[in-house]
Amino acid sequence: MTQEFILETRGLTKEFRGFTAVDDVNLQVREGHIHALIGPNGAGKTTVFNLLTKFLPPTRGEILYRGKPITSMKANEIARLGLVRSFQISAVFAHMTAMENVRVALQRKLGTSFHFWKSEKSLEHLNDRALELLDEVGLREYADVLTVEMPYGRKRALEVATTLALEPTLMLLDEPTQGMGAEDVDRIVELIQRVSKGRTVLMVEHNLSVVSRLCDRITVLARGSVLAEGNYQEVSRNPLVREAYMGSEAAEEEASA
Amino acid sequence: MATTQQMTPAMQRQRNARLRRNTLYLVLIVIGLLAPLAVYPVFLMKVLCFALFACAFNLLLGYAGLLSFGHAAFLATGGYFTGIMLASYPGLTPELGILIGTFAAVVLGTFFGVLSIRRQGIYFAMVTLALAQMMFFFFIQAPFTGGEDGLHGVPRGELFGLISLSNNFSMYYFVLAVFVIGFAIIQRTVHSPFGQVLKAIRENEPRAVSLGYNVDAYKLVAFVLSAGLAGLAGSTKTVVFQLASLTDAHWHMSGEVILMTLLGGVGTLFGPVVGAGLVVSLQTQLAQSPLGNWVSVILGLIFVVCVLSFRSGIVGEIQKMVRKNFK
Repeated sequence: MTQEFILETRGLTKEFRGFTAVDDVNLQVREGHIHALIGPNGAGKTTVFNLLTKFLPPTRGEILYRGKPITSMKANEIARLGLVRSFQISAVFAHMTAMENVRVALQRKLGTSFHFWKSEKSLEHLNDRALELLDEVGLREYADVLTVEMPYGRKRALEVATTLALEPTLMLLDEPTQGMGAEDVDRIVELIQRVSKGRTVLMVEHNLSVVSRLCDRITVLARGSVLAEGNYQEVSRNPLVREAYMGSEAAEEEASA
Repeated sequence: MATTQQMTPAMQRQRNARLRRNTLYLVLIVIGLLAPLAVYPVFLMKVLCFALFACAFNLLLGYAGLLSFGHAAFLATGGYFTGIMLASYPGLTPELGILIGTFAAVVLGTFFGVLSIRRQGIYFAMVTLALAQMMFFFFIQAPFTGGEDGLHGVPRGELFGLISLSNNFSMYYFVLAVFVIGFAIIQRTVHSPFGQVLKAIRENEPRAVSLGYNVDAYKLVAFVLSAGLAGLAGSTKTVVFQLASLTDAHWHMSGEVILMTLLGGVGTLFGPVVGAGLVVSLQTQLAQSPLGNWVSVILGLIFVVCVLSFRSGIVGEIQKMVRKNFK
């Protein structure tokens, strides 16, 4: 029964000095879905994300991955299970080339990452795989470019390639289209669609048109708790959701559209 | 072989860079071999010891992004242990004495590292400073360090029991060899799979965590390596000058190594060498001049100018210029 959910939370709560940022959230992410977490500003989406990936310890509650509790694991151990997250601001290694960015993710599986006496030439056999991954996100011609010199949209694509290098079963994307122009947004949406085949994606997203195009299931958060859940039609018809969004996201959407 | 037909331009560039680097190393080693013919060997040995110390410090600050304010503790620990061992066991050869001193610094580095590595930024610096001060007071109080007077009359002995080091020339070539080995370890560490992860952690720590790396463990290894190499520098220095003193343990020394590294260029392999050479030369020259009492003031001024006008240090600025003009 629990097995159909790849990720589940039970009573997940986070309090910061008396302020409850996340309040008793029960989230169920089905295997193979693209699941969105939406909500107005300050709803606790990113906090939920940080709790799920153990960048923050929860005050109460449980997190289950394929039915097994992972609540007490460390952030890097979560990543080794196959839950790999991205960040709201683009998280790349700025003074490394695009190829090195991907390779640093690939090299972990070699088990030589503590070998300070080995030459970095021992990593060169990973270059082909790194190029393949860059190709997959359309960045092959950027392979030798220092990441700091790449345009913003490309950095986000590079982030996806780096994440894919770990062959994650569950990708957690924190606002993948944030701060992007319309053209870049389309490219990222198409990219997420493509790479989500055979994986599960949980994403925080502000842009409702992106959500409507991509997501199988949507959870709406407001003031730290779950307001509604369902597919896009169900959620967008829900009067509570409309109310929560009034004057904030909905207006912003209108303005930007 | 299999990969030759698909040399990308980047690989070609890397190969060229490697070739240029190796040529540079060769030239520098030749200069190192000939230097004592022109310059007083004891001065050169002092420079090499501090250069190794600064390189060890730079491994931590420049490549792992950790600012330690307690590196004097490792220099002194290496020095005292080597001094005590060589003074108490006349049969012990200098290279074994140095190995023991280095090992002591590694043990201390592990201890310091475990206690400090979880702290970030200024807190990390403060914890390392506090621990180093503890070691300073320990060295004052301990019965076997000679307290305020220091440890004198450490015999230089015979290398491998064969070559007498009492001659400054043979001593110099031994110190040069130690320096080259230490530098080679650092250069390899920086350009290793471990170095890649270290770089990633320095660039973006949360992202490195999210890729599954246990960043604290990587930082700890870098810290212990750096401590061990600082200890190696201290041990060698003790053999050269035949003494170990509290100057090495004082927090001034922790500050001085920061100065050397920043002046020469943090995060560059040769920066700390240049910085150490400059600082040691200035100290030696000024000590003999009427400005002798003004050494700290002059060094301080140089430091201020460096931080305000050429932040990446001497070698860092040169690298920038080369990159701009020869691309």
